[in-house]
Amino acid sequence: MKDTDFKVIKGEVKERIDRWISHYPADQRQSAVMPALRIVQEVNGGYLTPELMDEVAAYLGMQPAAVYEVATFYSMYEHQPVGKHKICVCHNISCLLRDVDDLIEYLKEKLGVDIGEVTPDGRFSIKKVECLGACGEAPVAMIGKEYYGNLTRERLDELLESLE
Amino acid sequence: MIKIEINGQIVEAHEGDMLIDVADEAKIPIPRFCYHKKLSIAANCRMCLVEVEGAPKALPACATPVTDGMKVHTRSPKARAAQKAVMEFLLINHPLDCPICDQGGECELQDVAFEYGNDVGKYSEAKRVVPDHDVGPLIATDMTRCIHCTRCVRFGQEISGLMELGAVGRSEWMEITTYVGKSITSEISGNIIDLCPVGALTSKPFRFKARAWEMVAHPSIAAHDSLGSHIEVHTYQDKVMRVVPRDNEAINETWLSDRDRFAYEGINSQDRLTVPLAKSKGQWDEQEWEDALNQTVELLKPHLNNPDTVGVLVSPNATVEELYLLRKLLHAHGVKDIETRLRQIDFRLDEAAGKPVAPGLVNTLPEIEAMESVLLVGSNLRYEIPLLNLRVRKAQLEGARVRVLNVADYPFTFDLEDKVIADPQALVDTLKVLVRAAAELKGTEIPAGAEDAVVSEQHQAWAKDLVESGKATIMVGAMAQQSPLYADFVLWSARLADLTGATINVVPQSANEVGAYQVGAVPANGGNIDSMLASDKKAWIVVGIDPELDTVYGARLKQALDQADTVISLTAYDSEYLRSVSDIMLPIAVHTETAGTFVNATGDWQSFKIASAAPGDAKPLWKILRVLGNLLDMDGFDYVHADEVLEEAKAQTQSLGSVQGDLAIPARTCDKPVVLGEWSLYSVDPIVRRSEPLQKAAGAARPVVRSAIEADEIVLNTPAGPITLPNEYDESVAPGVVLVPMGLSETADVTLTDVSVAAS
Repeated sequence: MKDTDFKVIKGEVKERIDRWISHYPADQRQSAVMPALRIVQEVNGGYLTPELMDEVAAYLGMQPAAVYEVATFYSMYEHQPVGKHKICVCHNISCLLRDVDDLIEYLKEKLGVDIGEVTPDGRFSIKKVECLGACGEAPVAMIGKEYYGNLTRERLDELLESLE
Repeated sequence: MIKIEINGQIVEAHEGDMLIDVADEAKIPIPRFCYHKKLSIAANCRMCLVEVEGAPKALPACATPVTDGMKVHTRSPKARAAQKAVMEFLLINHPLDCPICDQGGECELQDVAFEYGNDVGKYSEAKRVVPDHDVGPLIATDMTRCIHCTRCVRFGQEISGLMELGAVGRSEWMEITTYVGKSITSEISGNIIDLCPVGALTSKPFRFKARAWEMVAHPSIAAHDSLGSHIEVHTYQDKVMRVVPRDNEAINETWLSDRDRFAYEGINSQDRLTVPLAKSKGQWDEQEWEDALNQTVELLKPHLNNPDTVGVLVSPNATVEELYLLRKLLHAHGVKDIETRLRQIDFRLDEAAGKPVAPGLVNTLPEIEAMESVLLVGSNLRYEIPLLNLRVRKAQLEGARVRVLNVADYPFTFDLEDKVIADPQALVDTLKVLVRAAAELKGTEIPAGAEDAVVSEQHQAWAKDLVESGKATIMVGAMAQQSPLYADFVLWSARLADLTGATINVVPQSANEVGAYQVGAVPANGGNIDSMLASDKKAWIVVGIDPELDTVYGARLKQALDQADTVISLTAYDSEYLRSVSDIMLPIAVHTETAGTFVNATGDWQSFKIASAAPGDAKPLWKILRVLGNLLDMDGFDYVHADEVLEEAKAQTQSLGSVQGDLAIPARTCDKPVVLGEWSLYSVDPIVRRSEPLQKAAGAARPVVRSAIEADEIVLNTPAGPITLPNEYDESVAPGVVLVPMGLSETADVTLTDVSVAAS
């Protein structure tokens, strides 16, 4: 690919990825694949497309399929549109014991969407995730880069109110 | 050397060898799925677990290096328990559809499950179902059967250099897929069929055709490039069902190109000529062989009095025996114009040497793999000789610097150190500069012709690398060979090789190109196809080719055939064109239907036997020629067996010129824009052209001209008038170069000795 073929990896996005690339030896650009995917996902509104992954592959000198492998392995990469606030609800043992299922049902009902769907106003989507490593505060959810623990229906109401 | 003990047997090994290799060497069986000797170690299937004394758990033999005194048990209770447990896990999601699976009977999973598995599965829950993907015309997928060994993925990453399949998703949702729904485009993709230990990836053309145990395997030699890969032809009721590679480290290792693997579909084509045909009063009549051969002799005889008016065009894929008998038959009557170099337009090298100068590899393939510096001159190697490309790729991965001089920036499957993309004249000039740079480096006299060359730092680096690398080679490819400046390319490459100490490999293209030179199936009188067409031939004998498609002389050849009194066609295929020009058409057998010999690029004489039956009345060409010899009352045509012909051919090889830098050739320039022919992977010979799966595959030719000219169409002047072809604007093509796809009916009139761009 020529420089002009990069639709997303340019300007500031390129600079951010280059910063990660600089952490690794010059012939190991592919080491930056995970941060690169994270960055392009972020600027694309929270999800990846094959075109974006191909761009990352071309930029890092990787085979596209190798990038697809990474991007589909890790659960933090999305391949479908998500809400502005992606509510990642832990669905592992501690949270289940603290009745997270009830909270998920409540969320679905309140937002009117199923797991993986986006609210019509584009603000929210719900995702079930594995252990977030904060069992002491179960049930836990992650929204954006923030953790929210000891969740109850009321606390969820407050949270959703506070998010634009 | 160290000693280890496997099942009580003392085995010698090198420290650090993997246990599975040591056991394989000692012929001690260890089951495996993901391990393959040509691929990296993944250790993900866990089938090769064995007990190693002192280790608390069973260890995977593929990823366990041996150490001195190691004691290993492959069939101990502990090892068996581990193998059984792994087998049980692998079978959990594997469907029980062996009766409808093409792999059945030659399935590694089936065999290993039988040997190492439980009789009854404990798992009774639902099995995983994975959707199939259409990955193109060559490979059928049944991904539910996949056991995730990732051999196919590693093949793409490590061998072909095109990672087209990936292991997408994780855990139970992991799938082997192209992910984006693309077809597989690699020129050697068929190898993943062999690699797949289950029936997830099978051959699409072969699907549901026959069972492994019903077929007969015939060792043979592949006929669609100059390597002569070792193959096995599998036949059912004497018909070719499929072709698979035979291991041969010196040539194809364990691989096979798609062209050699799937070309057999063309052998089974409906277009085969099955009965001799003779034209009388404009009508084609079916003939008995006896009558047909008598008529052939009648047609030929009057012309034999004037041998200079007879021209013979033969496929360079014909066998040594066939070519030798043709030569013997015709030379005896004074006919010297037998030509197999149908795609060459520059013969100045022969003129300078006074005899034909044959291409050939001076290095073996393992030597090429060990090169430190490679200069490719005019070659799209990947699409010329796919498995030779693999060797250069291996060299590059081991650190060799590969540089190219090309007329288009062809995509390679490895990283290039540097490249010059320019028109042929400029490429020859670059070679001159390199020669000068090398002479300066060595402090020797600058060869005549290179005095005006201006050396830049780039050229110095190229020359320096060739001089300083212990193992360096210059490889001249098809694009150079078929250009108007072939002699310049070879001479300057040879001079550069002389100065730098590099070897020079002029890569032959066709299965028996080298053999054709050796047995004299190139004109012995200094002539060539160009001079043959320029002289007024009254009779043509056309053997094993589609004359309108197989040469670069297009309309010129068509006109010559039209104007001749007699055209005798010996052909495996019936075609409208041959019917329109021939007087008689004799059906001949193809390479799987005859005993024969090919001389490959490295000069090995490789013989093969009959594998399949010729359709209808088609006969091996050498037998037809033998009978023609008898009918012409000639001595020495009483062969019973093809071996006798081979013996004689071997004893009477022709003296050839070698590629040398000290030849003097008349200067030639080529005007821009220069029109060059491009042979796609699957347009190179009549069989390949008739293989339907290959014609649907990614490497098939399209009737589109490529150039860096911004125009929708390009008009080319041919001797038969102008033809208009769509133009694809392609920046990767050098300025001043127009690439025309050859071997297509749309470009059949394009005559590369007489072509120009009329308008764009």
